[in-house]
Amino acid sequence: MGGAQLGGDVNRGRGRVAARLLLASLALLGSLAGCASVEPWVKPYEREHLADPIMALSRDGIAANYRDHVFETREGSHGATGAVGGGCGCN
Amino acid sequence: MSRAAPRAGARGSRALPPFARTFLALCVVAAPALAGVLPEDEADLMYHSYQGGDITVQGPSVLIRKKVGDNLSLTANYYEDMITSASIDVKLSASPYKEIRKQWTGGADYLHGKTTYSVGFINSIEPDYKANTTYYSVSQDMFGDLTTVTLSYRRGWDQVYRDICNAPHPTGTYCPDIINDPSFHQRADHRGYTFGMTQILTRNMLMGLNYEIDTDQGYLANPYREIRYLSPGGLGFTLAPQIYPNTRTSNAGSVQIKYYLPWRAALTASYRLYHDTYGIVGSTAETDYTFPMWHSWVFDASLRYYTQTHASFYSDLFPYANYSNFEARDRELAAFDSWTAGLGASYEFTSIPHVPWIHKSTANIRYDRMMINYKDFRDALLAAQYGAGNEPLYKLDANVLEVFLSIYY
Repeated sequence: MGGAQLGGDVNRGRGRVAARLLLASLALLGSLAGCASVEPWVKPYEREHLADPIMALSRDGIAANYRDHVFETREGSHGATGAVGGGCGCN
Repeated sequence: MSRAAPRAGARGSRALPPFARTFLALCVVAAPALAGVLPEDEADLMYHSYQGGDITVQGPSVLIRKKVGDNLSLTANYYEDMITSASIDVKLSASPYKEIRKQWTGGADYLHGKTTYSVGFINSIEPDYKANTTYYSVSQDMFGDLTTVTLSYRRGWDQVYRDICNAPHPTGTYCPDIINDPSFHQRADHRGYTFGMTQILTRNMLMGLNYEIDTDQGYLANPYREIRYLSPGGLGFTLAPQIYPNTRTSNAGSVQIKYYLPWRAALTASYRLYHDTYGIVGSTAETDYTFPMWHSWVFDASLRYYTQTHASFYSDLFPYANYSNFEARDRELAAFDSWTAGLGASYEFTSIPHVPWIHKSTANIRYDRMMINYKDFRDALLAAQYGAGNEPLYKLDANVLEVFLSIYY
């Protein structure tokens, strides 16, 4: 159990570090938003191709989430896909 | 396997630390006052199916999204898995089973200027596993809408049970009365922090970046699966319970590039690198080609490659009992690589007679073929034929199908 508690402390420590990183990012985000006067190098009228539905980064959200779930329940890796998990259904 | 005692709330209501005060001040001073877009009102109805390794998982999913006023969009989703499993794992150390997992999701997106705030709750219930998850995110468009930054936090609380047969059928072929083992009830907590960015690079190219840190604590093993270790006689091995660490921290980073081709088609390439404290390193590479045809059709073809190393405490066959503090034989922790090839088609109905409030709808079908080659997970069911440790490596081929209808109103 000693190892487990140590692991728990380390985990909580990492969680706190991650939370601070998140807050720092939020602060940076707010700051940038407040002074967002950068001249866009792609003008709004030049974004016709980008606005095409085939260019959506996540088309068919309901199906994309399902595929992420299929992979995550069968692989050791997870995360950085935008999906938010619930249970598993994979025993 | 009991987890460390939770310490949440131990700090009580102390004053905000300097860091948080600075953060809140920045939020107030730099509050954005621009404009953004909420997701479209839509309803999706999907049937999904997974078949592979003597497991069938299928069921419906329904999603409804509706704006309330100009700034609020509400989402509700119901998802169901109907599972029939006689997988290699349950054949080795458990009994084939059928069960249903039901998942409800409720979410809200609130738009203020160019900032979108999202909250949501997910409840998942199956007979031996209950999971509750909340998530929060904030997205901000900036730099003339060239950049969208998203920050997310996720918190999950799981309760883990183990099913046992209360009264076997006289024939012994199945169990008509399955209950939760009253001596087994464990918990697992999860936290996830995500940074995401979408960047317009050129008039034809987009880039997406995601970085996620997850921490898991509690009972993280599968209570039905077992390790095996060498022992004389019989099949040459003996089964024993898995012992997992009670904590796991993972890091995952991904990059996605999407390019618009001159003949109106889109090419996507993505890569993800994953690492965790179990010692697993995973790499995922995927390419996707999307192209419209015949006015109302859109087709999609994709190829995905995944590879991972095994967890540091994984072994297919331990040399003796109690070989190490942590022992696992979950094949999700084994070394393997996999290929997944997918094809999809979508047909768009621009208008439906007598239903003027539907301005667009699509009928969609997608099929994926998944092929997994394990590098150190053997088919222990063949131990009598080949001898323990000399069985052929296990392979898994699966068919994944989604059929869904989307209505935009």
